[in-house]
Amino acid sequence: MAYSEKVIDHYTNPRNVGTLNKDSKNVGTGLVGAPECGDVMRLQIEVNDDNVITDAKFKTFGCGSAIASSSLATEWLKGKSIDEALAIDNMDLVEELALPPVKIHCSVLAEDAIKSAINDYRVKNGLEALELPKSHH
Amino acid sequence: MELPIYLDNNATTPLDPRVLEAMLPYFTNKFGNAASRNHAFGWVAEEGVDYAREQVAKLIGCTEKEIIFTSGATEADNLAIKGVFEMYADKGNHIITATTEHKAVLDTCKHLEKQGARVTYLNVKEDGLIDLAELEAAMTPETILVTIMYGNNEIGVIQPIKEISAIAHKHGALFMTDATQAVGKIPVDVNADGIDLMAFSAHKMYGPKGVGALYVRRKGPRVKVTAQMDGGGHERGMRSGTLNVPGIVGLGKACELCRLEMDEEAKRLSALRDKLESALTVLEESYVNGNVQHRLPHVANISFKYVEGEGLMMAMKDLAVSSGSACTSASLEPSYVLKSLGLSDDLAHSSIRFGLGRFTTEEEVDYAIENTKKAVNHLRDLSPLWEMFKEGIDLSKIEWAEH
Repeated sequence: MAYSEKVIDHYTNPRNVGTLNKDSKNVGTGLVGAPECGDVMRLQIEVNDDNVITDAKFKTFGCGSAIASSSLATEWLKGKSIDEALAIDNMDLVEELALPPVKIHCSVLAEDAIKSAINDYRVKNGLEALELPKSHH
Repeated sequence: MELPIYLDNNATTPLDPRVLEAMLPYFTNKFGNAASRNHAFGWVAEEGVDYAREQVAKLIGCTEKEIIFTSGATEADNLAIKGVFEMYADKGNHIITATTEHKAVLDTCKHLEKQGARVTYLNVKEDGLIDLAELEAAMTPETILVTIMYGNNEIGVIQPIKEISAIAHKHGALFMTDATQAVGKIPVDVNADGIDLMAFSAHKMYGPKGVGALYVRRKGPRVKVTAQMDGGGHERGMRSGTLNVPGIVGLGKACELCRLEMDEEAKRLSALRDKLESALTVLEESYVNGNVQHRLPHVANISFKYVEGEGLMMAMKDLAVSSGSACTSASLEPSYVLKSLGLSDDLAHSSIRFGLGRFTTEEEVDYAIENTKKAVNHLRDLSPLWEMFKEGIDLSKIEWAEH
């Protein structure tokens, strides 16, 4: 199965690879997936006082589609408010990257990572974690 | 050197130009049906088939009459296992095989279980070899067949065939082996090895796809299988269907070339394989899968921990290799062969199989080494697991959310 050009682009030149200080109060970290399942994503956001995401970083263990999904997610997150970020749907990633059905779980994982990072940020800042509706598994 | 480089010779091999040359006349002027007994067209085709039968027999140390041509090893496996099960039904219904067999054997056994067969699936040890004591313990008076592969397609380990056949025979069972990966690569002698039935295929030894053979012993004991395809009674009644003459001629030529070149070729390939393997295991946290003493000369299966196989292959974009990663299969399950060795799922996901072949050059291996190293390092820079490992975090202590 051939990869789409966008997947190859994000895979070859991944955006925003790296690590933010997970102990910082304005950083939220989401670590999702499992090594046994063949994909683990860590997605981090840095949020300013206006609830706007000023930076986003990721590292991913997984296939090309998983790496591309997380790379694209970080690109989309930068400059978005938390509320806007929560509205990112895995199917948006699927569409943008032209992921085949067998790779949809990669986009699901990226959506989970975004929400998990937001929740980590919320909890750190004295807010309660959001009940997250199950994404399209 | 041309890119990409083909290092997936366990999946299939390119056709040797000498094999193609031998085949070509049988597509055109020598097009006859080998079963046409009454004219020259048939005789010429039959001659080609007879000669091929000799070439095949010579490679594995049997007589021509013991070779049944099939469409490939999968058909040969089916014919052998189903054919023995039906032919020897009076004697018993028990079959012994192993968990690391090819699907052509495993799924055939599963099929027979629905028809009343009792099948024992032996586990393998960490190195991929079966435990002979376990085999011995599994034998019963109802055991009619032991079927254990010669060399494994994913990790290349070679089972102790002589010992296995001796145990089978001691208990009155037949011994069958799927030798698809071994025939043509290492010396295989059906008499020295005590093999009663053996499946193999042309396209794994530089012959064409769509043709293979089943060896069926004729003496000591005389083995019979019930035909699985009814028709004109070709191949001594065991496999009906007009013979694929060009394919069979190609298989014959491929066998001859392997017989003549095997010794030197095995030495050359194992030296290249060792070079590849020692250069890549210099990388931290990389592990060779399977027994390294008893194995085929041309296969290396290596897990690069903390990177995922499919992602890795994408970075090795000029190399054609394969991976035990789930992402490469439709089932999303990592390789059952690697799991059978007791490998954790994450190591199975991180495995790459390099399959060298007749046309692999040292220059290509050198390129593969550099390309793979770069890819592993690139992927590890992206891997949160690698970062955690480097920070000294015990990954097994983390509660992962299975998805």
